[in-house]
Amino acid sequence: MTAETMTAVDLRAAVLDVLSEVAPELERDKIDPRVDLRNQLDLDSMDFLNFVLGLHKAFGVDIPETDYRKIGTLDGCTAYLAAKAKPG
Amino acid sequence: MVQFVMPKLGADMTQGKLVEWCKKPGQLIKRGEIIAVIETDKANVDTESFVDGVFEQALVEPQDEWLPVGTPLAVIHVEGEAPSKAAAAPPSVALAPAALAPAPPAPKAAPAKPAAVTEEAMARLRISPAARKRVLDLGIDPARLVGTGPGGRITLEDVERVAAAPAAPVAAAGADKAQRMRDAIAATMALSKREIPHYYLSATISLAKALAWLEIRNAGRAVTERLLPGVLLLKASALALRNVPELNGFWRNGRAEQSRAIHIGVAISLRGGGLVAPAVHDADQCDLDELMRRLQDLTKRARAGSLKSSEMTDPTITVTSLGERGVDAAFGIIYPPQLALVGFGKIVERPWVVDGRVVAQPLVSATLSGDHRATDGHRGALLLDAIDRLLQEPEKL
Repeated sequence: MTAETMTAVDLRAAVLDVLSEVAPELERDKIDPRVDLRNQLDLDSMDFLNFVLGLHKAFGVDIPETDYRKIGTLDGCTAYLAAKAKPG
Repeated sequence: MVQFVMPKLGADMTQGKLVEWCKKPGQLIKRGEIIAVIETDKANVDTESFVDGVFEQALVEPQDEWLPVGTPLAVIHVEGEAPSKAAAAPPSVALAPAALAPAPPAPKAAPAKPAAVTEEAMARLRISPAARKRVLDLGIDPARLVGTGPGGRITLEDVERVAAAPAAPVAAAGADKAQRMRDAIAATMALSKREIPHYYLSATISLAKALAWLEIRNAGRAVTERLLPGVLLLKASALALRNVPELNGFWRNGRAEQSRAIHIGVAISLRGGGLVAPAVHDADQCDLDELMRRLQDLTKRARAGSLKSSEMTDPTITVTSLGERGVDAAFGIIYPPQLALVGFGKIVERPWVVDGRVVAQPLVSATLSGDHRATDGHRGALLLDAIDRLLQEPEKL
């Protein structure tokens, strides 16, 4: 499934899947979608890179470094992926 | 014939669990091959053999029990020896101190009981005269001693370490993993602060050139090939140590032993608490891509709790980057028997003067904790200065 064909709920679940590979102990329903993931989950730069790598693998999108700030929160990340998936 | 004993995989290890044998009796084993998986307080360690030979016999089977460091685990027949006379001949190969010890005449797998300390028992040990006297004075069980000197010789420091360690290293059943990790860190750091007279230095380094170079380099690459700024800091530290080798190595037998190889222990915090600092081997010889790959691999394996014995025992210096969590500077505690520790703080944009003008630049605070027995602050300052200079020419890293 690509981001294009996913519903918002699916997309969010898929992002959380990627995130829990990096932070296995995370509790999905305790994530505040508007708070920076790095602070919330204590991710260092290596973890965050692995998160970006995971998104790359799961969705086939290449996220340039300059866009990292847009995917810092769960809401931001799903919005970013949804926008990237839109044709055109 | 040599015995494979419960190895000491780092200064903080007093006991380990045999999780699995990776060789069967009769199988050939090469130096560097994994012989067993040993669980420590910090990880499940793929333990490498330090000799070529034949795995002759396991003395201990995998079990859910903590065994003190030095417990004989298996017998290895070393190539070139006839099996018949093997037991009589003392090993002539230089044995790695960490994993192998000369086979005593009667291999028995129960050294945990305090034996009577006698001159006869001591006569079998390879031990320095000063250490021998100290053992007898203190009445330490010789089975607890693990030699870290040349050829596995027991040194005075090895004796002091055992004397300082808690007398009962076998953990209470059910002691939880996080607590054991805490205990291991507590013991090592207390040892470090007790014995190592630290000096501390700090320098502010501009990363304007390094980060500008990195941005351009990463912009053209897929996410799988991007470098983190930390890799530049690591490489600069490794190269700088070539210029200041006095800080790279170990404090042993009352003096500094420089290491020609530069194996950088990278402090990796574990999710859920605690940390390990496994080695990136020959970090000065890796190009940046290779260094990045190794760092990724090491971080992943450290967090999964799966490291190699050489990674645990080889670091000649440690680098820590607490800047990730927002601190300006980290003044670390040296991991014994290493001679120094380099710390990097957070990379922040601050006012900086360039050619008489104040400009905003990304800066990082680099610190050095040095063992004052081995070096003086002047040497340490040279290292930080070399790191600074190297980071001003990132394309050469």
